[in-house]
Amino acid sequence: MSKDPVCGMEVKSPSAYSAEVGGTEYDFCSEKCKNDFLSNPDKYIKPLNPSGATYNITSEGIEKLDIPIIGIHCSSCIPTIESEIKKLPGIHFAKVNIATEKARIEFNRKDVNAEKIISAIKKAGYKTGQSSLSIGIVDMHCASCITKIENELKSLPGVLSASVDLATGKAFIKYLPNLINVKEIKNTIEKLGYKTVESAGEPPVKETPSEKGKTEKEPVDENELAREKEYKTLMHKFIFAAALGIPFLIISYADYLGLPEAFREGSPMLHYLWIAMSVLSLPVMFWSGSQFYTGAWAAFKNRSANMHTLVSTGISAAWIYSTIATFFPEIFPKAELANQFFDAIAIVVALVVLGMALEIRAKGKSSEAMKKLMGLQAKTARVIRNGQESDIPIEEVVLDDIILVRPGEKIPVDGMIVEGSSSIDEAMITGEAIPVEKLENDEVIGGTINKTGSFKFKATKVGKDTTLSQIIGMVEQAQSSKAPIQKIVDRVAGYFVPSVIIIAILAFVGWYDFGPQPNLIYALIVFVTVLIIACPCALGIATPVSLMVGVGKGAENGILIRSGDALETAQKLNAVVLDKTGTITEGKPSLTDVITTKGFSEDEVLSLSASVEKASEHPLGEALLKGASDKSLTLYEPKEFDADPGHGVEALVEEKKVLLGNIKLMKKHSIEVGDLEERSKKLADDGKTPIFLAIDGKAAGIVAVADVVKPDSKTAIAQLKKLGLEVVMITGDNERTAMAIAKQVNIDRVFAEVLPQEKAFNVQKMQNEGKIVAMVGDGLNDAPALAQADIGFAIGAGTDVAIEASDITLIKGSLKSVALAIELSRATMRNIRQNLVGAFFYNGLGIPVAAGLLYPFFGILLSPIIAGAAMAFSSVTVVSNANRLRRFKPKTV
Amino acid sequence: MSADQIIVTLIGIALSFLVGWYFWFSRKEAVKIKTADSGVQEALIKVKGGYSPDLLVFEAGKPIKLTFYREETAACSEEVIFPDFNKKATLTPFKNITVELNIDKPGEYSFHCGMGMLRGKLIVE
Repeated sequence: MSKDPVCGMEVKSPSAYSAEVGGTEYDFCSEKCKNDFLSNPDKYIKPLNPSGATYNITSEGIEKLDIPIIGIHCSSCIPTIESEIKKLPGIHFAKVNIATEKARIEFNRKDVNAEKIISAIKKAGYKTGQSSLSIGIVDMHCASCITKIENELKSLPGVLSASVDLATGKAFIKYLPNLINVKEIKNTIEKLGYKTVESAGEPPVKETPSEKGKTEKEPVDENELAREKEYKTLMHKFIFAAALGIPFLIISYADYLGLPEAFREGSPMLHYLWIAMSVLSLPVMFWSGSQFYTGAWAAFKNRSANMHTLVSTGISAAWIYSTIATFFPEIFPKAELANQFFDAIAIVVALVVLGMALEIRAKGKSSEAMKKLMGLQAKTARVIRNGQESDIPIEEVVLDDIILVRPGEKIPVDGMIVEGSSSIDEAMITGEAIPVEKLENDEVIGGTINKTGSFKFKATKVGKDTTLSQIIGMVEQAQSSKAPIQKIVDRVAGYFVPSVIIIAILAFVGWYDFGPQPNLIYALIVFVTVLIIACPCALGIATPVSLMVGVGKGAENGILIRSGDALETAQKLNAVVLDKTGTITEGKPSLTDVITTKGFSEDEVLSLSASVEKASEHPLGEALLKGASDKSLTLYEPKEFDADPGHGVEALVEEKKVLLGNIKLMKKHSIEVGDLEERSKKLADDGKTPIFLAIDGKAAGIVAVADVVKPDSKTAIAQLKKLGLEVVMITGDNERTAMAIAKQVNIDRVFAEVLPQEKAFNVQKMQNEGKIVAMVGDGLNDAPALAQADIGFAIGAGTDVAIEASDITLIKGSLKSVALAIELSRATMRNIRQNLVGAFFYNGLGIPVAAGLLYPFFGILLSPIIAGAAMAFSSVTVVSNANRLRRFKPKTV
Repeated sequence: MSADQIIVTLIGIALSFLVGWYFWFSRKEAVKIKTADSGVQEALIKVKGGYSPDLLVFEAGKPIKLTFYREETAACSEEVIFPDFNKKATLTPFKNITVELNIDKPGEYSFHCGMGMLRGKLIVE
């Protein structure tokens, strides 16, 4: 069966009505369709998306392929490409069109495929920009699904080949990234009713020409290009408007500038100049200022108004008035009313356009932090599959791939080292300046840089699950969120522009009715000036620009702020609750003391205690094991191991009966502990946990473990206090241990023996005291408290639940980041307030002055030119002020 | 007051009312978006000096897919922000950029450009 290209009906092939065009056989349902087709075949052969590549398969197995080719500049290149393609077997037709920069190829799929054609084009020295992608497909059960998906994918413009593997549940797709993206491909699969999973989800990197050994090249940021192009266009528009505006201005002030008689008021020469200026103003308005008119019209259709409405109304009114004054001066009752404002039109357009251009530049800088983050992403990974090393695009890395990293290279995705060791610079992610030593089984983060050694690691997170991708996602989300302060601004902005128009109209009426002579001129000047000065841009960008810079700055320092809301609340904090374990302390107990009684050596006590713990899974046991292995002591296999909950453990080690536990365990077995009890109390006072050891019914000693304080916790807490925050510690530990730690780090208020579920309640208790409370924690059991707090900080690697519940995530494990985050939030909010005050002040002052409110008292009246300059620079000022934040340096840290 | 002053005053006041009515009180035409067979409510929004349509009506609880097509390079419309959902999309000119939303709660949700100058609203019923 084949399809009638005219009416779309399914017809038998070959049908009674068929025709051959361009080497392809077409079948029709009737004579009429055939005639229609033959009269204009191009109309029907044309692909669905004329600008896109198409990929059609006819029933004869002949495929037609349109491939865009990048960088064809001369017609002499065409034969080179064509002949290179025609060298391949099975090519029916190959033609390169220089105008569309596309090659159309018809070929027999039995002899050749799209890939071979693309490599032929490459061989001729041109790029096609092909990418490949593998997508996991869930819920695929039958072989017929495969054909369905494959056919659907192949019918997409831009897809070169698609093959679905039922066994692995994956689709492998080769495609042209400039015509289709991963998302569209996924949507297509999902529309068929299948779920897709990421094998790697980042946008495709365009494949670059076969420069030998150089597979990595910066992907072109299309938005950046568009911005750059817009900047250039605006600058051209500005130069044009300014080039006309300046002579206009000189002529308009001929009397003041002392120009020759010919340019003075009343000369016939001047009249001709006015006529010329009237005509020349048109390209200024409709080319240099075209965006004002298109923007205003689009907004008007939607019954809304914006800055473009104001500017276009203003300059149009000025032009109409001036032109009437030039051509029909006699209709004005007084001669001095026939005044011209062409200079104002050109200069206002020039200034506003210049302002827009400068703003693009400044805005580009504001998003630099984000660009830096994106730039961290490695482009390729050296993967070892089936013993073969190969460089593949990072999008194709799948879970459990083994990846080789050499010194100086970027680590492509997150994973765990399986072979080798190295020191890794993680500054870009954690902000930690000193490289971190990593051994086997240690985790590595994608985007960090391998410094010294080579190692292999197993990919544990790929695509959008990597730490870096998540950071980027989080920062992006925060940058687009809205600070509560912005909501007020929004409400104002909705009423702003129409209000300005009304004010302008009323000012016109006021000046016409009550103003000095010539009243019409004054009324018009005031009308235009009010419209021009009131740019809502400064107001609109005041908050988002600062927010963007502030959040980006945070990300640079390993502080991920979830939303504008979080940022605004963080500056108001006046109390901070710190979880003890894992926040103030390392979170892992380590061996601190070994005390022995007579007849037992330290090594013996430690080795026996550790041996017993080999069988237990108690976290304290780990500390003992690590302590023993640090001293390279021999450990024995415990036998008859038995745990006595709430007391300790007992076991048979080397034929000795060993008891290990608290004082209660000793008392239970009626063991004489002597002065050990006294000494254990002293250890507990220092925040250590004493563990008694008895061998064959005799007390042998105490091993003490403690969770030690992180090296910089003390300074960080001092910084928090310096910022005016009340610092409180919360812990499930007993009062004595808690107080010992609190003393070490200078915390005065402690909530001890708090059950995990009660942490949130304690936070609430502080909130009831009227405080705005931050909670800092890392664990699963901190999550409710993090959510209850006004601001929850998840610290360090943190559990996913803690990060989910938090408002701010600190990638670095240091408490110093808390102080830094609070300082940054204060600096950002200060910046936002400056911007808002500036913008409100500007408009609040600018509009009344432009309306001439000061005229009756001081004789001050603005000219539209001054208004244009003020408007242009108000938004530039706001953006520049936000960019100051990029130089933010914490004061206390 | 002379005759011309009276005329100018009256016209001025009338114009002020007209402006106020047109931008604030006249009913905007909302576009009701139909649900496609796939259960997704898809809408195409053109971006050129504004969003058209800028008032879209959706049903609550069904996924929403908005495709933005930016027909200009003017920097104003480069970003579209959905503040209620912390979502932002950079609109590459002359490309279809999709934003997917899931709104369960009926209400009005506004979206706007990076500078808050161009505005639109999603009405979820």
